[in-house]
Amino acid sequence: MRWGRVVSLVGIVALIVGVAYFSLNPVKENIRLGLDLEGGVQVRLQAKGPVTDEDIAQVIEIMRTRVDSLGVAEPTIQKEGNNRVLLELPGLEDPESAIDVIGKTAQLEFKTMDGDLVLTGKDLKNAKEALDSQSGEAYVSLEFSAEGTKKFAEITTKLVNEYPEVGEKRDEHRKIAILLDKQILQNPYVDEPIPSGQARVSGYENLEEAHKIALLLRSGALPVPVEIIEKRTVGPTLGADSVANSKQAAIWGLVAVMIFMIVFYRVPGIIADVSLILYTLLLLGILVAINATLTLPGIAGFLLSVGMCVDANIIIYERLKEELRNGKSLRAAIDSGFSRAFWTIFDANVTTLIAAVVLFYLGSGTIKGFAVTLSLGIICSMFTAITFTRYMLKMTAESGLFKNTKFYGA
Amino acid sequence: MEFIRNRKIWYALSLIVILASLVSLFVQGLNFGIDFTGGTLLHLKFEKVDITSAELRTALEGFDLEKSSIQESDGSYIIKTVEMDQARQVEVLKGLEDTFGKYDLLRGEKVGPVIGKELRQAGILALIIASILQVIYITVRFEFKFAIAAILALLHDAIITVGFFSFLQYDVDTTFIAAILTIIGYSINDTIVIFDRIRENLKNRRKEDLADLVNKSIKQNLVRSINTSVAVLFILFALLIFGGETTKNFSVALLVGVVSGVYSSIFVASPLWYDLRAENKSKS
Repeated sequence: MRWGRVVSLVGIVALIVGVAYFSLNPVKENIRLGLDLEGGVQVRLQAKGPVTDEDIAQVIEIMRTRVDSLGVAEPTIQKEGNNRVLLELPGLEDPESAIDVIGKTAQLEFKTMDGDLVLTGKDLKNAKEALDSQSGEAYVSLEFSAEGTKKFAEITTKLVNEYPEVGEKRDEHRKIAILLDKQILQNPYVDEPIPSGQARVSGYENLEEAHKIALLLRSGALPVPVEIIEKRTVGPTLGADSVANSKQAAIWGLVAVMIFMIVFYRVPGIIADVSLILYTLLLLGILVAINATLTLPGIAGFLLSVGMCVDANIIIYERLKEELRNGKSLRAAIDSGFSRAFWTIFDANVTTLIAAVVLFYLGSGTIKGFAVTLSLGIICSMFTAITFTRYMLKMTAESGLFKNTKFYGA
Repeated sequence: MEFIRNRKIWYALSLIVILASLVSLFVQGLNFGIDFTGGTLLHLKFEKVDITSAELRTALEGFDLEKSSIQESDGSYIIKTVEMDQARQVEVLKGLEDTFGKYDLLRGEKVGPVIGKELRQAGILALIIASILQVIYITVRFEFKFAIAAILALLHDAIITVGFFSFLQYDVDTTFIAAILTIIGYSINDTIVIFDRIRENLKNRRKEDLADLVNKSIKQNLVRSINTSVAVLFILFALLIFGGETTKNFSVALLVGVVSGVYSSIFVASPLWYDLRAENKSKS
């Protein structure tokens, strides 16, 4: 018996179990949960008709404004293809109501009293609320785009000329209605021709009211109509349930596999179990480090790769048993067992990896999470099997703790 | 056990199951979920507990949605129906609330027809690309005949899993595609480990009969094949029992695929390779 080896063996096992135990909480706090686990909304929008890159950029801006008004902590809003926008909003109490805000078709229109459409949301560059420095009255200042400025100058000049003021009496025809979703948001009266592209709408109770209108004008100014082509919402209850369920599944699955390994493979089984813990640590660590999102299929992928990890160990141990039966010494059996098992494990895992990588590139949404954990899991399991398991087996053999080959299942 | 000499029996067993799968596929097809057909899914849990599916259907009739699929799951209901816009969904939910009282909307999904088509195409493309890449890999690392045998075994597993889902009319959605791809990976993995042993034994071959050699290779790997599957099955059962509704179909698909995968790697892939190789020999 070599006590030095025994001590370091026990030390390594204690270290791994200890690290695993103490990293449980940090991992739990830092791992990013997918929408299916945390609850939230995923929406895919598609513009109707032809669009330019600027149109989509503007749609994204508007969506950002709308999402901000919902108070989402970490929203993702990104362009997809030429005419699509993908929104992911995690952690909402009432995800369905978010759809109402996002999905507002909200098209802004400026119309004369005759019903002529004079400007659209495309022509409006910005809308901001402010207080008049002299009167203290709240107003909304509008800023038009170059083309909008031209159009607005034309129509205001035309209205002022066509409907001159007679004394104090204001002509209703000089009003321009601002409509959002066909509903009148504002109906300001045109005092004078406005060639500058800067207009001011006044008559608000307070700054807050002006702010609301300005926000609506800003976020309502969708340059093109968009439609929701895909929507997935998960309520917080289901998300929490799924987390609890998969935790149960993971624990029972792992425990069953660990017991099975010990019953079937004795000492190497224990080593396999320790390497399984190390493997889990490694995989979770990498997932946290690359800020990957853990989804429900992702957890399934992790559990499946546990199977791969166990498989690598099983292939090695079966080889080991064979070599022992052929009369080799324990150390020689470990060496030749490993060198023979390596390429088998490698080839077998590469083929599974191919499937996982294809899935990553062609899969959608939460399925990508499955591909990520499965691929990483395969790589980690190969790594732990050919480095750690091997090292531990050699250490155990050299320690002289278990000399009888019966301990190795032979 | 005689894996090679009795191969006709094993082939016959496989063919019967495959035939049954194909018949089911042709007769009743697959029950595609809204991921592929487009539509709306509402997963509701009512505060009132004694609501029946029939009552729910009657209530949906008021919205001309009586043809919806209604599935009960742990006291909650999963309604799959035609595509609805947000306004319509609000209207329907309001109607249900008026009839049955307060509810919690656990999950709401809407998939437009464009997305459904794209997901379908991406799924098929993924299957084709993965299969081609694997044939190439096995051809490079082993030889083409191994690749052919492995791919036939893989098709065997995929058809049986799809057939199983057709037979029981389980929902086929995007996670099913992920499951099939995983089964393909697993099936090939399993097959390769045995092929690897055949290859090794071929190198050290003296005057051994090919049938005996293949039989020996399978036997040498039998414990590994079984143990690995047992470990994976433990995990899948845990996922099936504790994992909840959302991963249920996924776990079932994998369970079927893994069982079929073990069978095919032992009883189908290696005998097929033997036949491919033996046939070639008699010609030359």
